[in-house]
Amino acid sequence: MGIEFNKETFRDDYTFKNSPAAVRRFPFPFPEDDYMYSVNMEPHVPGRKGSVFEHTFDVDEHYLAEMRDRELVLKSDPLRCQSLPHMTLAGWDLLELIMESKARDYPHWFELHKSGDRWTWINRPMEIEQSFTFLKDDTLPYGPLEYITRQTQGDFTLQDQRDNTLYIDAGTVTTQADWSLDFDVGMAFHEWHAPVPLAHNMGVFDRALKFLLKLQLGSPVRRFNWTMTVDPLLDTSPENYPKWGPSKTTLTMDTIGKRQHLRVELQTLHRLPRSNAIAFPIRAYLASFDDIVTMPKWGRRLHRVVRDVHPDLATYKGFIRNRDLMVQWLSQYDDGKPTSPGWWPEPE
Amino acid sequence: MSLSYEGTIPSRPRYGQLTPRPGSGHLFVADGEGADAILALFAGPGAKGMLATTQIVYMPGPTGTDKSAELEKLGADIFFRAPDYSTAQPRLKRLFGSAHMGLQLYLTGTEGLIGQAQRDAIEAGLPHTAMQTEHRGSTVRRVQCVHCKGITENVRTDPFVCSHCGLNLFVRDHYSRRLAAFQGVNIDAEDPGQVPPQVERFA
Ligand code: HEM
Repeated sequence: MGIEFNKETFRDDYTFKNSPAAVRRFPFPFPEDDYMYSVNMEPHVPGRKGSVFEHTFDVDEHYLAEMRDRELVLKSDPLRCQSLPHMTLAGWDLLELIMESKARDYPHWFELHKSGDRWTWINRPMEIEQSFTFLKDDTLPYGPLEYITRQTQGDFTLQDQRDNTLYIDAGTVTTQADWSLDFDVGMAFHEWHAPVPLAHNMGVFDRALKFLLKLQLGSPVRRFNWTMTVDPLLDTSPENYPKWGPSKTTLTMDTIGKRQHLRVELQTLHRLPRSNAIAFPIRAYLASFDDIVTMPKWGRRLHRVVRDVHPDLATYKGFIRNRDLMVQWLSQYDDGKPTSPGWWPEPE
Repeated sequence: MSLSYEGTIPSRPRYGQLTPRPGSGHLFVADGEGADAILALFAGPGAKGMLATTQIVYMPGPTGTDKSAELEKLGADIFFRAPDYSTAQPRLKRLFGSAHMGLQLYLTGTEGLIGQAQRDAIEAGLPHTAMQTEHRGSTVRRVQCVHCKGITENVRTDPFVCSHCGLNLFVRDHYSRRLAAFQGVNIDAEDPGQVPPQVERFA
């Protein structure tokens, strides 16, 4: 109802594209004309109708194509989904959260029927009907984390809370901005964030962790992160870097508008009820520079952000070699006019 | 040789200095120059009385340093020499697995040795509060190739060639305690064939 799911690919021939409606609801991540790391968290409460915050888990026109892409990644590398032995309960917690949210928010696509601990899950877009016993591992075809994340857009990690920190002890990670779940699994909050420049000394991670340790059940929070990706490739993993790295060297003024994508992650954090773990969905949205500049405010602002962002961030995010080209192309869409605060597109 | 932590990142392990601690037993695991840290500990105050409940598992270092004779002369309850970590590992796992409350664990020598022993001890459930570490000797690194997942031991240069898949990797400071390894990433991924000369960063 409302949406048709796109037939598209995130690899090889890259037929991915955003409909005009998808561009309008794209979560442009810059509320101002400049950008620096901060403890940017706000309550994850339902937002404007039609926006990516309308529901707890956003399902959009890319749903089926993204699930197909995840299946391909997991076939080629099963280590993209891992769960340390003590994390199975957290996996069930996550499965419950997702099934209940989706059945509530998208009743025409998803249904959850419970009779005691016998549950039946219906996922109409993916043509799945599954009966199982809640909390009984051998009643699902995969572990609970893998089962539900094969049916939900975005990467997911599960953090165990102990020793006054969080440990990234499970996850399904196939649409990541160049970090390896296999390498990071088992690390503590400050360890897995170790490669991030500047933010440690700014105290960002100390404050963020302090906040998260007190995260309450039923009060999820959200934040944005962003990076740059050449071609609409979801799987920018370090594992496959030799495959996608060369794409950065072939951008030109003629192709950059179509090929260069702003990649935005809508990250939410949810306390889980039985395990006391924290679930961290990382939902990636892609928009080509051509898409972005259809909104004049976004075009102006992206030009200013990319031009002025700290070089350590541009290096860390992997676009330093193309920054000048990006700025040159984007400058065509910046007439120097002031921009309004906030990130809503305000089509003019 | 000691490590400087200047300019490194928070996942990069840091090491201290071994000191005698009261405990029901004392297990030392060391390679190469780690022997000097053990000898220094027993030459200092408050350690002699520990010898009767001390076990030392020792292996030569990656640059060939072998101080077995000096360690054996210390007179610990048990002294065991292994050719390398992989041969010592089954014995260590057995010792960690049957450790009693109050066992003190002392790890010293190269980062590869310390990291692997620490990983195995934590897997066996030893509390990290009962472990001390001291880096001594070579700074060569144990590195996991993020592409093929193979581990190359005793990496001296940056970049280096993955001993499993043959890609040219640069060595990051990003470190996984679970793998007891630093991360290696393809250096010429964006510009295939453009590999800078190898520099000896670890010795
Ligand atoms: C608890 C769940 C979280 C997980 C699992 C997580 C995971 C990660 C990972 C894997 C990276 C990439 C590190 C690398 O380069 O290898 C990263 C980057 C980062 N994280 Fe988190 N993170 C979490 C929460 C947060 C929070 C609450 C903040 C709030 C300030 C935050 C701020 C950042 C920043 C600023 C970066 C750098 C991103 C960039 O410039 O592209 N993270 N995070």
